[in-house]
Amino acid sequence: MNRLVVRRTLYSNHHQPKCPWKRGFCSGGEAAAAAPASSASSGQLNHKDGSFAGDDQPYDLAIVGGGMVGMALACSLATKPLTKHLKVAIIDSNPALANKLSIKREDPPDPRVSTVTPATISYFQDAGAWQYVQQHRHAFFDKMQVWDYTGLGYTTYDARDVYKDVLGCVVENRVLHSSLLSRIEDTDVQKTIYPSRLASMIRYPSSSVKADDNTREASYIKAGLVKLEMSDGSSLYTKLVVGADGAKSQVRNLAGFKTTGWNYSQNAIICTVEHSVGNHTAWQRFLPGGPIALLPIGDNFSNIVWTMSPKQASDLTVMNEDEFVKAVNQAMDNGYGPHPKSNFSNGSNKFSFLGGNLTMSTNESFEVPPKVVKLASKRAAFPLSLMHANDYVAKRIVLIGDAAHAVHPLAGQGVNLGFGDAFTLSRIIGEGVAVGTDIGEVSLLRKYEAERKPANIAMMAVLDGFQKIYSVDFGPLNVLRAAAFHAANYISPLKRGIISYASGEQRLPIFP
Amino acid sequence: MLLFPLPHFPRFPIYSCSSSATKRRGTAMAAKLLSRLRQLDTRLISLQHQRPFFRNARLFSGQQIPSSDSHPSLPPTPTPTPLPPPSAGSAGEKRQRTSSLKDHELAKFAAISDTWWDSEGPFKPLHAMNPTRLAFIRSTLCRHFSKDPNVPKPFDGLEIVDVGCGGGILSEPLARLGATVTGVDAVEKNIKIAHLHADLDPTTSTIDYVCTTAEKLVEEGRQFDAVMSLEVIEHVADPAEFCKSLAALTRPGGAVVISTINRSIRAYAAAIVAAEYILHWLPRGTHQWSSFLTPEELVMILKRSSIDVEEMAGFVLNPLTGKWLLSDDVSVNFIAFATKKAEG
Repeated sequence: MNRLVVRRTLYSNHHQPKCPWKRGFCSGGEAAAAAPASSASSGQLNHKDGSFAGDDQPYDLAIVGGGMVGMALACSLATKPLTKHLKVAIIDSNPALANKLSIKREDPPDPRVSTVTPATISYFQDAGAWQYVQQHRHAFFDKMQVWDYTGLGYTTYDARDVYKDVLGCVVENRVLHSSLLSRIEDTDVQKTIYPSRLASMIRYPSSSVKADDNTREASYIKAGLVKLEMSDGSSLYTKLVVGADGAKSQVRNLAGFKTTGWNYSQNAIICTVEHSVGNHTAWQRFLPGGPIALLPIGDNFSNIVWTMSPKQASDLTVMNEDEFVKAVNQAMDNGYGPHPKSNFSNGSNKFSFLGGNLTMSTNESFEVPPKVVKLASKRAAFPLSLMHANDYVAKRIVLIGDAAHAVHPLAGQGVNLGFGDAFTLSRIIGEGVAVGTDIGEVSLLRKYEAERKPANIAMMAVLDGFQKIYSVDFGPLNVLRAAAFHAANYISPLKRGIISYASGEQRLPIFP
Repeated sequence: MLLFPLPHFPRFPIYSCSSSATKRRGTAMAAKLLSRLRQLDTRLISLQHQRPFFRNARLFSGQQIPSSDSHPSLPPTPTPTPLPPPSAGSAGEKRQRTSSLKDHELAKFAAISDTWWDSEGPFKPLHAMNPTRLAFIRSTLCRHFSKDPNVPKPFDGLEIVDVGCGGGILSEPLARLGATVTGVDAVEKNIKIAHLHADLDPTTSTIDYVCTTAEKLVEEGRQFDAVMSLEVIEHVADPAEFCKSLAALTRPGGAVVISTINRSIRAYAAAIVAAEYILHWLPRGTHQWSSFLTPEELVMILKRSSIDVEEMAGFVLNPLTGKWLLSDDVSVNFIAFATKKAEG
């Protein structure tokens, strides 16, 4: 009973001329004039008007963007009893949605990976999609070591500090995506995919117009709905538009949401590398140009995320593979500065008065990451920026994931914020359906915004703070940073707090 | 001069002369309280001459207020509390409690129908309160009618009437939950607005909005599985008669849900002083403190109509978050779930 239906036909009874003036957000008046005559009867309002014929029944939700976050929302809605009856349309021109790519274990890992936090893992488990992730390559890690080029200090985090088994799991993006798709296929919920890009969006205002005007009828019959027009000419009506289309969100632009943010003058290089031995720890070293992270991906492979200035990034991308491997090994080992001295605690810790048990990882000595043996994928570079939409919701429109916020990858939190958005929105929609609310109602959507915005902003502030602090090479500041490393390493309550915030167990950095 | 009207205590005996022995026992304490209140009232009356004093006979005396309309106990359009619409000329006027009470009540609300459905507009607190009262209705009705609450349409197969539906703020969610809803309101404009808005969604376009009164529906012999009357009874001329009509509209074994405001000092401070005079959530004069019912009185008058109140909850507004919560505190807004005995 798989119900992923792909629509490719045009709808002749809703032929919309592609006028340039119709791009963007327009109010109902002009659209009413341009809309084809509905087949509703004239003059009076009937209970059942015939303006939507056959297939064109309005959808409950239209998810624009079928990436990881968009599909997470669809999957979560499909697996809950209160929301699985909702008619959902997914708009994405990615062919991977319609024909699922099979991911073979022998393939080397794709360089686009994400670190999913335990909180995200539990969301996936609730939705029943984690079982599919486990069938592919994935790597849990329980230790993390963070240090910088000055060699003045380091911090080791261990999952056992917070009495857990894992700090996180590194999974390829395509694995996450296909697991969500598999889960959706499991349920017999009907989802319709529109394989094209969004061209324009028209929101009909809900009007209290008098009922005796014929020409107006078309507009307020459709009032309370949003009309989405695709680039291939098809269109659909929906009660709620979810913008999950990434950092350059079309939904966000069309709806006119304002954003705040700035570009970091940094690019990130990502690639997959291979070791001769297995790697089960996440390593991050802050270099003068930006952090380099080595994340285990499983089967002796690791993923590199190396942030640096655009010039250096282009240099490193074009240099030959052996040179690149040497550069990586230097960056993780002796390049740019010495190793930090290992801490050997002499039994009593001067910070033990702050209470709590001493974390296990306080006594761990500094370890050198495993050497990279060869490059296992192409190198890709992309620019980094911070972006935050001032509002996440408007009438009948809501943004989730990167469309609402984009962060620096230095803590692997970006997609976890997006998954948090998706699963929270799905829960809020479920609560709305439970009391019969119209799901496009802005008061319901504001609840989602009130829950996610503070958490997202707090995380963004923390990450931006880190990025700024580490972008300056200044003696006293270096010492301060080293002191911060020591503090995080020795002050156990602080370390536990950091781990639980980064794992998603704690929503806000200061007030839990 | 007084900035806002002092609470006007009911002056006439609450209980009618035909009280039985059991009622006399139960009412002894209430009667003592009333006599004290009556003394206070006399003093107040002498201060405010323009306050006519027969309007208090609302509760149980069975006396009808003489009215030009043939349906004296017409339930006017409800205003949920608190509600802040652009008022039409009712600012600061002292109402004449005459036979046109019904007209006044109706005129108050007709002016504000247009902005009913803007959930971030003047009716924002009402829209904020709506999910909370729907949560109560959903859980009590599902339990009573043995419906599974974990489905999107738990009320499938139930016929519900919303007496005093206004713009349909309660009727539409009920229809989305699967019920067959009839919305009844005395103000034609409200029915029009409700109709217009409900037609936007195929699920809610099946709601049957009628501009009529509960009494007329009883005369037509209509009956429903559940009767909702939220925030109406405090605007009704004769609550006892109104409850009798609600009871007559309910099938045996059916449910009645009534919400109103308690006649307490806290409610005076919150629903009248704060909502009408300080925060301007409601136009001045929307509510009269003396028309409020205490939970005990509501239970009594429902009992007289053979309806047993089974559950009661209060609504509390958290001023910091703006969220309404269900609680045990019935001192301001409260909602009661009651049932009619099944036949046999």
